[in-house]
Amino acid sequence: MTHLRSVPSDPPPDRGGSVGAHLADLLKRAGRGDEAAFAEWYDATSARAFGLAVRVLRDRAQAEEVTQEAYLDCWRHSARFDPAKGSALSWLLTIVHRKAVDRVRSAEAAGRRDEAYSQREQTVDHDSTAEAATASLEASRVRTALADLTVKQREAVELAFLGGYTHTEVARMLDLPIGTAKTRIRDGLIRLRDALSVGEVAEA
Amino acid sequence: MSDIHALSGAYALDALDDAERIQFEQHLATCHDCRAEVRSFTETAALIAATEAETPPPSLRDSVLSGISSIRPLPPETPSPDAPADPAAEVAPVTPLWRRTGPLLVAASVALILVGLGIFGFTSLRNDGSTTTNLADQVLHASDAMKVTEPLAGGGQLTIVRSESLGRAVMLGQDVPAPAAGKTYQLWLQQPGEGMVSAGLMPDASTPTVLTGDAATATAAAVSVEPAAGSARPTSDPVALFPLQATAENGAT
Repeated sequence: MTHLRSVPSDPPPDRGGSVGAHLADLLKRAGRGDEAAFAEWYDATSARAFGLAVRVLRDRAQAEEVTQEAYLDCWRHSARFDPAKGSALSWLLTIVHRKAVDRVRSAEAAGRRDEAYSQREQTVDHDSTAEAATASLEASRVRTALADLTVKQREAVELAFLGGYTHTEVARMLDLPIGTAKTRIRDGLIRLRDALSVGEVAEA
Repeated sequence: MSDIHALSGAYALDALDDAERIQFEQHLATCHDCRAEVRSFTETAALIAATEAETPPPSLRDSVLSGISSIRPLPPETPSPDAPADPAAEVAPVTPLWRRTGPLLVAASVALILVGLGIFGFTSLRNDGSTTTNLADQVLHASDAMKVTEPLAGGGQLTIVRSESLGRAVMLGQDVPAPAAGKTYQLWLQQPGEGMVSAGLMPDASTPTVLTGDAATATAAAVSVEPAAGSARPTSDPVALFPLQATAENGAT
C-alpha cells in the first residue's frame, strides 16, 4: 500500500482517508455544539473555501460574506452532514460555490457583472498555515491532472467551476455549439476524477 | 431528453440554469448512475478548489466563531421514534428534486420526520420562544414579516409569509382547490445542501399553516400534491415555488 514514492507526484487518494475522516469527525462534534471542533474545522478548510469564493466572485469583501454565510450554514446543519454521501470538504465547498454562483448570477441579472473572463492565472497568496500546505500539495497534483486535459476541456471546466458560468455561457465564450460545452465539462471531469483517483462515493 | 445524462458534469459544477437544473434533478432522482457520477464530480471539484486556496483574513475567523456561538445547531434528521412507518416515504428514490439538493445529499436520508409529526413537532428546534401555540399569528404579525404570493395553475393562490427573526414561515391559500381524494398538499423548504425537506402537510389551505423547519436558512419554499400520508421527497411537480433569500446569520442577532 504505502510504496516509497515522492508524495506530491502520486499521493494516495485521501477521500475517506484519515484527513477526510478527521474532518468528518470534527463536523460531527460541531453538530453537538463543540465550538472548538468547529474552529479546528474552519482552520483546516477555510483557505479552500475562501479562495474558491474569491475566484468566483472576484471581490474579497463579497467573498468574505459568502464564506461566512457558508460556515454559519455548516455549523447550523453540521449534525445533518452524512459522511456516507461525500466528504466534509466537498459538502462545505458545494455550499460556498452555490452561494458564490448565486451572487454572481443575481449581480449579473442586475447588470453589475464587471467584465468577462479575463483572469486566467491567479497567483495564490503565500501563507504558512497547515491547510495551505495541504492545499498546495493537492494543488500541484490537481494542476498536473488539469494539464492532462485537452485545452477545450480544461477551459470549459474552469469557466464553469471557477468562473461560475453556465454551460450555455461557456459554449458562447468558447465559440462552441451550445450542446458541446456540457459534454466537454463532463468529459473533463471524468478525466480529472480518474487521474485524481477520486473513488465512487457509496450510495446511501 | 435523451441526452440528459450529459448534464451531470455541468450540474455538479452549478453550471445549469434553473430550468435545466429542475429537469436534471428530476432525472437524478431516478438515475442511480447519474447520482454516483455527480457525487464523484463533486469530490473532484473540491480538489480543484485547492488550486485557488487563499487564507482569509483573521477577522473572518473571528466573525465566524462569534457567529456560531449564538446559533444553535439543528438536531440530526432521524425518524421520530413515535412516527409510524410510512410506506410512501420508503419510495423516496422515485421522487423528483426540484432544486439544488447538494449532490451529496440526493439520496434521501431526509428521513420520515414528516410522518406522524404535527406542525408543532419542530417547535423546539429554535430557542427563540416559538413554542407558543399561536406561532402562525406571531409570524403573520412579525415586524420583519415578508410576503410572497403565487397564483396556482388550477385557480386560487398561495401566499407565504416569512419572518426571518422567528425563523418561521406560514403558508396560506385563497380559493385553493381541494386536493383529490387520498391526496394532500405538502409543504417543503429547500435547505442549503439538503434540497427540499418536508415542512409538513397542509390538508386545509384556507387555514394558515406553519412550515416546520428553519425558514431563515431556507432558500426556497414549495407546495406539492402528495399522497395523504405525505412523502419524504416531492413526488410531483410543485404547484407553487417560492424563492427565498437565505440568511444564514439569522439567529446571530
